Amino acid sequence: MSMVTPLGHGSPRDSFLPRCAEVSVRVERNDPVNEEYRLMVLRAPDAVLNCSPGQFFQLLCPVAGGDTPFLRRPMSIYGYDRAAGLLQFLYKVTGAGTRGLATLREGDMLNVLGPLGQGFSMPNEWRRLMLVARGVGLATLAPLAKEAQRLGRSLTAICSARSPELAMSVELFRDCGAEVIVVTDTDGSSAPEALRILIEDRIARDGVDAFYTCGSSRLLRLLQDIGARHGIPGEIAMEQQMACGLGMCQACVRSFREGDTIRHRRVCREGPVFPIAEALA
Amino acid sequence: MTDLSTRIGELRLANPIMPASGTFTEDLADVFDLSILGAHVLKTFTAEPRTGNPTPRVCDLASGMMNSIGIPSKGLDHFLTRALPFWARYDVPLVVSISANSSDEFARLAEAVTVPGIAVIEANISCPNVEADGRAFAVHADSTERVVRGLRSATDLPLWVKLSPNTGEPVEVARAAESAGADALVVANTVLGLAIDVSTRKPRLGNVMGGVSGPAIKPIALRMAYQAARSTSIPVIGCGGIATLEDMLEYLIAGCAAVQVGTATFQSPTTMQRLLAELEAWMMANGIRSIAEIIGTLQEAGDGVLSVDVM
Ligand SMILES: Cc1cc2nc3c(=O)[nH]c(=O)nc-3n(C[C@H](O)[C@H](O)[C@H](O)COP(=O)(O)OP(=O)(O)OC[C@H]3O[C@@H](n4cnc5c(N)ncnc54)[C@H](O)[C@@H]3O)c2cc1C
Ligand SMILES: Cc1cc2nc3c(=O)[nH]c(=O)nc-3n(C[C@H](O)[C@H](O)[C@H](O)COP(=O)(O)O)c2cc1C
Ligand code: FES
Repeated sequence: MSMVTPLGHGSPRDSFLPRCAEVSVRVERNDPVNEEYRLMVLRAPDAVLNCSPGQFFQLLCPVAGGDTPFLRRPMSIYGYDRAAGLLQFLYKVTGAGTRGLATLREGDMLNVLGPLGQGFSMPNEWRRLMLVARGVGLATLAPLAKEAQRLGRSLTAICSARSPELAMSVELFRDCGAEVIVVTDTDGSSAPEALRILIEDRIARDGVDAFYTCGSSRLLRLLQDIGARHGIPGEIAMEQQMACGLGMCQACVRSFREGDTIRHRRVCREGPVFPIAEALA
Repeated sequence: MTDLSTRIGELRLANPIMPASGTFTEDLADVFDLSILGAHVLKTFTAEPRTGNPTPRVCDLASGMMNSIGIPSKGLDHFLTRALPFWARYDVPLVVSISANSSDEFARLAEAVTVPGIAVIEANISCPNVEADGRAFAVHADSTERVVRGLRSATDLPLWVKLSPNTGEPVEVARAAESAGADALVVANTVLGLAIDVSTRKPRLGNVMGGVSGPAIKPIALRMAYQAARSTSIPVIGCGGIATLEDMLEYLIAGCAAVQVGTATFQSPTTMQRLLAELEAWMMANGIRSIAEIIGTLQEAGDGVLSVDVM
């Protein structure tokens, strides 16, 4: 048995470069955007702003009003601005953690860990992009619109919601030069059959090189089917319960198709963005 | 000079802080330099590949969490050819945690991982034993004795045996592990629990029951670590609910020679880095020059007032 010489702590090797960081940041604002969602803007250091669209953070939600969230909560990056030092999240209040988030006021501090996971890709041959999303998924896909604009790609955003007032990020998508189509449950235009007609129509008229979507298994199945039929690739951002968010605990696995076999992958590490064709609804 | 090093049998660790099995992978290197740790303890693996339990695999508790990850394993070959080479870049003792369904399988796996690059074998005997109706080895002294004896004869590497709090005979189990040849005890694993979502009336975990960890279990694991340290003469490594300097000091004072940190890393991935800095600062502030000055220094109970015999 070798005797190991004690290493002096606090002297990281020169080569060491953290990829993400745990930092306490100041809340700049945290306001409702509609009856279900809130927008949180944080003043963040450069160390956590080397983000890409589709990545996420793990937020240490405050203990408040009888709620005692313990594990961090994963949230997609809704917006990031390295020059201005700002980081944004768009979230829906659903339980203990997000209720705690909603209690934060300007000037409060929040501990965040990130950026985490693999974001969306946008290879050169993907010129005409179509994103289809619903609910919180729109938060995840929002930063893609900026990236598409920056890279000079055309973008059609189909925003699905229960009712027109709940359709989020429409302005943001328009400001990025995207064509926005709002579909709703109220008028039936968000039903899979209606969406299929809408999407097929776009493919026939303008062509679509790639899809981006999020969360919903209904949308995933629809896009897998349309994608397979027309040979259109795409990516989906997925969700799963998490503990560590870094890849250590294996809490967040989902099943994926790899050729003839089904394999587990970690949503926090290999994902949260995966090829649409490999995801299992 | 403050000396943070500690001895676990023949092995000297640079400091008493290491991760708990199942809560640590190379992915933590995204956050801090893993070379500062006292040891690297890897996730338990089995000889054959396994997929682990259904999701949801974790749930939130008020003061901790519960998991039913199970032991997803890529198997022995993957471990030896893919995982092991990665850790060679660190000059930190590597502790591999193994598990198996029977004493024989356990011994065979221990033999197979007795290879250069591995400093310690940690036996996770909290897993179900197929020879005992699926009861965990670590529940009884006799099953503990049998499996540890098999392990002892299969390897000459230091053997750490990780005990379970889900036993009614913790002292007997600890002694059985010692007499069967364990070099150290890791105390303890998770506490078996259950959580129910009352709106759906479903268990919160895909596997129904799971293991509770985090601050919620600290008093239980600390009590067991104390019992193990008092009733055996091999080093005890404390584990369960450690998140703060005070938690860590409690384990050392109770008799532990080192500690493992698990769930706290999920809440704050920099926990071990912070604990190390805080331990050193605390020792300097209190004029303590070595870890040995802390280990097993629990004082007699009582408030100093003489008690009056009322019976
Ligand atoms: C990669 C990723 C990105 C996400 N991005 C957003 C976002 O931008 N905006 C947003 O509003 N929500 C997002 N979510 C969902 C968000 O994490 C959950 O709504 C949140 O964790 C709920 O926590 P809670 O305590 O309020 O609710 P509870 O229901 O009380 O949560 C209980 C437990 O379940 C977990 N949980 C509940 N719902 C989900 C879910 N859908 N996915 C993963 N874990 C869940 C919680 O983290 C917590 O551990 C994202 C999830 C993932 C995995
Ligand atoms: C997600 C998770 C996975 C774990 N996996 C293992 C494992 O594979 N082997 C093992 O011996 N212990 C495992 N444990 C138990 C921990 O190593 C530790 O004993 C326990 O969590 C108590 O310590 P803590 O409160 O600091 O987490 C796991 C714990 C958690 C939370
Ligand atoms: S959340 Fe721990 S591995 Fe993904």
